[in-house]
Amino acid sequence: MKTKSMLLGLVTFACLTPLTFAAKQDGFNPDISLVLDGRYGSYTNTSDYVLPGFMLGGEAGRGEKRFYLGHSELSLSAKVDDMFYGKLTTAIAEHEGETEVELEEAFIETLALDHGLAVKAGRFFSDIGYLNNQHGHTWDFMDVPLVYRGLFGNQLIDDGLQLTWLAPTDVYFKLGVEATRGNRFPAGGASIEGNGNQAVFAKFGGDAGISNAWQLGFSHWRADIEARSAGTHAHGAVSEVPTFKGESEVNGIDFVWKWSPNGNSRERNLKIQAEYFQRSEDGNIEMVGSSPLESSTYQGEQSGWYVQTIYQFMPRWRVGYRYDQLKANNTGSDAGVLAEAGLVTDGHTPERSTIMLDYSYSEYSRIRFQYSKDNSYDDGDNLFFVQYIMTLGAHGAHSF
Amino acid sequence: MKKFISLFLTSIMLLVAIPATAALNVFACEPEWASLANELGGERVKTVSATTAYQDPHHIEARPSLIAKVRRADLLICSGADLEVGWLPLLQRQASNARVLPNTPGYFEASAMVERLDIPVKIDRSMGDIHAAGNPHVHLDPRRIQTIAKALQVRLVELDPAGKEYYQQRFVKFNQRWQQAMNKWQQQASQLKGTRIVVHHRDWVYLFDWLGIEIAGALEPKPGLPTTAFHLVSLKQTLKAKPAKMIVHTTYQNPRGAKRLSQLTGIPVVQLPYTVGGAEHVKDLFSLFDVTIQRLTGVNK
Repeated sequence: MKTKSMLLGLVTFACLTPLTFAAKQDGFNPDISLVLDGRYGSYTNTSDYVLPGFMLGGEAGRGEKRFYLGHSELSLSAKVDDMFYGKLTTAIAEHEGETEVELEEAFIETLALDHGLAVKAGRFFSDIGYLNNQHGHTWDFMDVPLVYRGLFGNQLIDDGLQLTWLAPTDVYFKLGVEATRGNRFPAGGASIEGNGNQAVFAKFGGDAGISNAWQLGFSHWRADIEARSAGTHAHGAVSEVPTFKGESEVNGIDFVWKWSPNGNSRERNLKIQAEYFQRSEDGNIEMVGSSPLESSTYQGEQSGWYVQTIYQFMPRWRVGYRYDQLKANNTGSDAGVLAEAGLVTDGHTPERSTIMLDYSYSEYSRIRFQYSKDNSYDDGDNLFFVQYIMTLGAHGAHSF
Repeated sequence: MKKFISLFLTSIMLLVAIPATAALNVFACEPEWASLANELGGERVKTVSATTAYQDPHHIEARPSLIAKVRRADLLICSGADLEVGWLPLLQRQASNARVLPNTPGYFEASAMVERLDIPVKIDRSMGDIHAAGNPHVHLDPRRIQTIAKALQVRLVELDPAGKEYYQQRFVKFNQRWQQAMNKWQQQASQLKGTRIVVHHRDWVYLFDWLGIEIAGALEPKPGLPTTAFHLVSLKQTLKAKPAKMIVHTTYQNPRGAKRLSQLTGIPVVQLPYTVGGAEHVKDLFSLFDVTIQRLTGVNK
């Protein structure tokens, strides 16, 4: 009910405020932007989605069948004054028949701290990796790579503080640290008694001649996890929730290369992108709700990578290919508990190949066709999706 | 983790070799402003241009190299009027450089210094990619360049007071040469008055306003949208009733649409430099107009 009245409030606000179409932040009105995302999915499997070796949480999933909506994103942003910038993004989505308004982002950021320093506070997408801080409507595929699905529940979003420093050098070099609450998946309550979670990242970038640009990033993320729970397992009348408590550490490397003839991306351009993440975890898994309480020690080694390439071969049209793969080697005292937590692979290596074709009538409207040969779990499947993504109102510039 | 940290530190040490240079680091969004900054700033400025004549200034990626350049800039010179709206605000936000933010002396918006044309009365996305603040391609009118040069000289003095006399002298010299050149161009181009020309995009509004040329149509069905075969056919009908002398496009626009229309109508295609670096001999603002007028009059015989 609360979410519904909030939704109503936002919509009313959006209607009453005159829309400024140029993204220029003039006057006192915040920039308003609405993203509409609709989909049609087709595949055969009816079983619950699992990713062998990984506890799933957050938004992780394979998509729905037939017609359904993705996130409808409504966002307001503006300069607060000459020192601060603020942004709020809400995602309106339906989960199990209930319309929910999720607070995706709500942060402030300094504009004029100078010396290359910037501070961001509030709820924001972590800057680790390349894809993590990008909104769904800017993704090149309908879904995230498996490694993001498996490790982060699609994307790392958290409440906290970020400090970045940009070096005064010819080569782009940015260093950042984040300290966050750790209440959401995959940290799962790190702040309640633990030390929250922290991240460090560094990004390098530059041009190679007039036609090429690149960026290379390194990330590290860690958390003392109090209670990360994954999907409920029903056993007759009793439901048991596998819950992890312990330490978790992620290291990652990401790389992007963009090419366009003479640096003019309007006609044709090519993007190659690859990321690798590796996670080590050490602690215990408890089946919360079981009686007597079942538990197991747990040492996890998980990793995953993907490589994708997107080619705009003429204005409006792009094709893309992505391959992803995951690996897990989890051990513990009770194999049965690990199995219920989804941490047993049974020798299965999750992998997936995806191709996509999209057409953008203008830079505000896009229609996409996507096909995946999905072997991310035992029951391999063919997934077809059709998706539209339309942006109304202010259209913020996309980062590299 | 330790490996990462030592890698960061070594990289910093290798990279923090900042050369001691001129008084002002100038970041020009487009080559025409880099050229103007060099005319007025001489040895006191070190200029980089974010784009070349082969890149569409509406569609530039906020690349890491550009962020790094804005980080160190003392002055940004851009066309403004939303031309760079897809990338400049992002560069400014990510560069954490308080000196070059909007509404600071370090951000010089050229189009804000002159009267703009094509200011829409009503604005709606169904009209294509139009600019609420008017047409931003102001550098193609030499009269407006003159006004902008004066304003830029004032700005350079404000940012680098020690060079006041230097900048003033250079401006006076530039202004004299520019006035002479303008007289010459106007004479050379007098025959173009009333000529009808088909454009690719409305980049040429200011040039045509100055020379009294009429726009006979645009290859883009709506600003920013690519040419379609259907649109070319309807354009052909329009041109049948009211013919045009030529079809013009820039170096960064795909010439296919222009060539196709030329095949359909027999009207010749002319590629114009649009900005500095857009043709072989176009090394500065003077040669930009020399070559532009030469090419326009060459076809108009």
